[in-house]
Amino acid sequence: MLEAISLTCTRGDKTLFKELSFQLPEGQLLYLRGHNGAGKTTLLRAVCGLTLPRSGEIHWERQNIRDLGEEYHRHLHYLGHFNGLKDSLTGLENVRFLAAMHGDRIADAKISDAFYQMGVEHCQDLPVKVLSQGQKRRIALARLICSRAKFWILDEPFTALDSDAVALLLEVIRAHVEQGGMVLLTTHQEVALDRSQVNEIFLGKR
Amino acid sequence: MGINWFKYASPASFYPLAGRMIPWFVWAAVVLGAVGLYISFFVAPTDYKQGEGYRIIFVHVPASWMSMWIYFVMACWAMVGFVFRTRLSHMMAKSLAPTGALMAFLALWTGAFWGKPMWGTYWVWDARITSELVLLFLYLGYIALESSIEDADRAARASGLLAIVGVVNLPIIYFSVVWWNTLHQGASIRIDKGEVTMATSMLIGMLIMTLAFWAYSVAVSLVRVRSEILEREQNAEWVAEMFAREGGHSG
Amino acid sequence: MFSAFSTVLLRDLVLAVRNQADVLTTVFFFIIVVSLFPLGVGPQIETLRSIAAGVVWVAALLATMLSLGRMFLYDFLDGTLEQILLAPQPLAIVVLGKVAAHWLVSGVPLVLISPLLGLQFGLSGEAIGLLMLSLLLGTPVLSLVGAIGAALTLGLRAGGVLISLLVLPLFVPVLIFGSGVVEAANTPGGAGANFSILGAGLVLAVVFAPMATAAALRISMD
Repeated sequence: MLEAISLTCTRGDKTLFKELSFQLPEGQLLYLRGHNGAGKTTLLRAVCGLTLPRSGEIHWERQNIRDLGEEYHRHLHYLGHFNGLKDSLTGLENVRFLAAMHGDRIADAKISDAFYQMGVEHCQDLPVKVLSQGQKRRIALARLICSRAKFWILDEPFTALDSDAVALLLEVIRAHVEQGGMVLLTTHQEVALDRSQVNEIFLGKR
Repeated sequence: MGINWFKYASPASFYPLAGRMIPWFVWAAVVLGAVGLYISFFVAPTDYKQGEGYRIIFVHVPASWMSMWIYFVMACWAMVGFVFRTRLSHMMAKSLAPTGALMAFLALWTGAFWGKPMWGTYWVWDARITSELVLLFLYLGYIALESSIEDADRAARASGLLAIVGVVNLPIIYFSVVWWNTLHQGASIRIDKGEVTMATSMLIGMLIMTLAFWAYSVAVSLVRVRSEILEREQNAEWVAEMFAREGGHSG
Repeated sequence: MFSAFSTVLLRDLVLAVRNQADVLTTVFFFIIVVSLFPLGVGPQIETLRSIAAGVVWVAALLATMLSLGRMFLYDFLDGTLEQILLAPQPLAIVVLGKVAAHWLVSGVPLVLISPLLGLQFGLSGEAIGLLMLSLLLGTPVLSLVGAIGAALTLGLRAGGVLISLLVLPLFVPVLIFGSGVVEAANTPGGAGANFSILGAGLVLAVVFAPMATAAALRISMD
């Protein structure tokens, strides 16, 4: 379970949000809503541990993530604005590298399956630089599918996706939550989940 | 001492405290400076080897000592800022840097003026002067990095880390330059106190000038940190209240 | 833990092979700088021989400073660095892998080419050997310490010039002890002390520089 306790974040000298607290238990999806510039990305990065909040704590399974250090990262998968893919590597090489960094031993066959599922199986052996934005995004999502992380932090994951891919991703997220995973998500899309599995935070002025 | 130091870690409470401290240090600098200069020009005897020109050490040596001391203090403040996550500590470090750089430059400049009458040249690759040059680069690097980063917190932490890395390297750098200098002893030029037979009055003069420089540095840094506080906290309530109370004049 | 080191190292080596332009620029810059000196100083072999070690070392320094900017920049720009920071691996180890790759790609070529340049400057075989060894010990330190500068200036517009200003003071000891080996060899003490110090510096740098670099990366990625 993830718990944020009295988080305050500033950007420059501007306070984005003050003393924000929330919980995200297993099997739940938390929508993060707010206008542009309200601090959604900052909050997501703070939960990842990338950004240091001005004050407040973030706890994973009742332990402060500052104390957990890199072990905390084993449980999460972050997909932000960037795809995290190297142009000169092939789709497969990219996913293999990132999986290895995450400490996951994922068989090539399973990676291929994920590529197939996201409709980019032909991109596996192509250098990423020749691919379109949509294809790169799909590869990043294929990586998400392969991930064993319980906690997904997704910042506008539907960007650059066509309607087929959107439907696919919605289903993937839904399945993840159903199986007891946790998702923290900024998006305008709606995932088909029961109201008991869904929660919402609104940042900034409505 | 019973003072809750953390109370003063808040810019709001440090601001007036600094304001009260500044006049004391300004006076100390003026008085000590006057006494020191008097001693250096009128009391200290003429050096039998170097004549009157040597008197520049009364500026050169204190400036050199202060340039190194300030860097050390700067790194300490950065350390405090990292450990306690107090923004004021980083602001203090940032405020010290320009004065430290000035001291380093002053040490180099006066060193040049010392060298000219003695050895007919403005620049000598003496170990201390060369280390001083490297120290000046360390200061300039700190200032450049701090001003290149827009987000004030990130700028403070990045430059703070640089200061700490620099202070750890400072002894190494100094040691290497001394080594290099002794290796090339062919042109054995050392602007060392040892070359000037030290009368007690000279030593006292130098110490007083050093204290004067120190008081000046503290005063100037406090002024700078106050202006830094105002700039960083401009949206805070206490700033608005203060200006309303004092009708626009800061204390 | 070691696998994180080797994973990153291998990836960076593969990337270097596929993007040779960067690598070759460093090497050519090194060669050009060294080769220009006789044109500026005059071809008298005695003069050249006395400045050879210094010139080669300064050129190595400049070439390294030039290559530092890209150590983390590309990863920063495409979001890979973000993912690396989010990996459950000790960041210092990952940094060590990147620095090792940087050294293999930018430092080792300099070591290997230095004999040719030494010949240009009339150095004896023994002097060339000493120079190579000093570069072998010194260039990793340049990469290790330079990484700190690269990490601190990540994403800044003034990046390239700023890195040079930041790391220059830190490079001074390496330059002094590295270039001093040739001259020291002619003294009664020999160059032993230089090498001991360079070696000690390398050990210290390997232990401490990655941690400082990791801290700098976290600050820059905040």
